[in-house]
Amino acid sequence: MSSSIQKVIGTKSGSESQILAVGSYRPKRLVPNSEIVDRIESSDEWIQQRTGIESRRFADENETLLEMATWAVEDALKNAKLAITDIDTLIVATITFPFQAPSAATAILQKLGHPKAAAFDINAACAGFCYGVSMAHDFIKAGTSKTVLVVGAEKISDFTDPNDRATAFIFADGAGAVVIGASKDAGIGPVEWGSDADSRDAILMNPSWIDVRDVETQLTKAGSKWPNISQEGQKVFRWAVFSMSKAADKALEAAGLTVDDLDVFIPHQANIRIIESMAKEMNMPDSVVIADDIRTNGNTSAASIPLAMDALLKKDPELHGKLALLIGYGAGLVYAGQVVKLPPKP
Amino acid sequence: MINPIGKGITMALSQADVLAGIKEIVEEVAGIPAAKIELDKNFTDDLEVDSLSMVEVVVACEERFGVKIPDEKVTELATVGDAVNFIVNAAA
Repeated sequence: MSSSIQKVIGTKSGSESQILAVGSYRPKRLVPNSEIVDRIESSDEWIQQRTGIESRRFADENETLLEMATWAVEDALKNAKLAITDIDTLIVATITFPFQAPSAATAILQKLGHPKAAAFDINAACAGFCYGVSMAHDFIKAGTSKTVLVVGAEKISDFTDPNDRATAFIFADGAGAVVIGASKDAGIGPVEWGSDADSRDAILMNPSWIDVRDVETQLTKAGSKWPNISQEGQKVFRWAVFSMSKAADKALEAAGLTVDDLDVFIPHQANIRIIESMAKEMNMPDSVVIADDIRTNGNTSAASIPLAMDALLKKDPELHGKLALLIGYGAGLVYAGQVVKLPPKP
Repeated sequence: MINPIGKGITMALSQADVLAGIKEIVEEVAGIPAAKIELDKNFTDDLEVDSLSMVEVVVACEERFGVKIPDEKVTELATVGDAVNFIVNAAA
C-alpha cells in the first residue's frame, strides 16, 4: 500500500456560449419544379401541394460539397469579424461528403490554411447541425474549446436517384455555417435530443459501399448502383409532426421558456406541411416568424437550418439577437433541438 | 360515472359513433364537408385526402378513439368503411 498522496487530475471550466455569426453558400442554379416533373411523371401542383417546394438549388460540378462548405465558413467568419486561425474546433455535419475518410472538416481546414484545429464530421443527417450546435455549446461550457465553427453542408443531388418519384423533388444542395463563441449570458439553451432507432429504415441510403465494391468486382450481380437516398414519406411525416413537436416543446421547457417567449421558429426545412403542422401542434402564436426556406431552396438536410437562419436575418435584420427555437430531425431517426439567441448584427 | 372516450381507454364503439367521429376529423383536417363522407367513399379517389393528410386523420383517430393504427396499416385503409371497421375491431 502506497503512502503517497493521490494525484488529482486537473480540469478546465468554460462559460456560456452564443452564436456569433452565420454564413451561407447557395448553389447558383435554381431548378423550378417544371424542370424535373417530366422525368418523374409528376406536376408542379402536386409537388407544391405535398411539400410546399416551388424550386430547389442543385450544385454544379465546380460547386463541390467541400467548396460550398468552405465558402459558407468564409462568409460566417467575415460576419463574425474573425479569422480561421481564431477557430480551435471545426465540426461538419454532412451525409454527402463523397469520401469515406478523412473528414470534410480536415479538408476545409487545409483549404483555409489552418491545419491545426480539432476537426471532425458528424453523421446525424438532417439533425446534424443541431447536434453540432449542442456539442459546440458543451465544448465551450466545459472549457474544451473557445471558438467553434459548426457547418452543415450537403450535396444531396449526388446521392439522389433523379428518377425516384419519392425523393427526386425534395432534396437539394447548399451549405451554412455558424461561429459559436464564449458569452456572459446564455445564448444557447440545453439540447433536447434523442432517437427513434427502431425506425432507422424510414430514411436510408442504400446500397452499402461493400455492395458497390462487389458489383464492381463481379462478386455479385445485384444491380446495386450507388448509395442513394430513399424514404417512407408517411412514416417520416407522422414522426416529424407528432414526435418532433413534443421534442421541440421539451427544448423550450429545458430553457425555461414557452412558445409565447419565442420570436422565431427554425425547424429543419423538410416539407412545408410538416412545418405548418408542427407549429399548429405546438400552438405557436402568429407573432412567431416561421422559416419557410423549403419553398424556394428545397430540403438541404444538415444545411437547411443555418441556410434558413441566414435567409431570415437577411430578409429582416431586426431579427438579429432574437430568441429562436431550432429543431433538426432526420435519418436514424435522430433529432436535436435547442433555443438560441440569433447572432448579433455583423 | 361514464368514462369519456379518449387516449388509452378502449371500449366498444358502434360503427355509427366511429363514422360520425371520422366525418368530423376529415372535415377538420382536410376541409371535406362531412355530408360527402360516406362508408363507401375512397379517401384518395373520392375525397381527395392526400397521403400526408391521411396521416393526420389517422393520428387524430388514434387520439379520439384510443386505438393504435400502425404505419403499415394506414395504406390498407382505402375507404372510410375500412377505417371504421379497423377502429371498431381495434377498440372491441
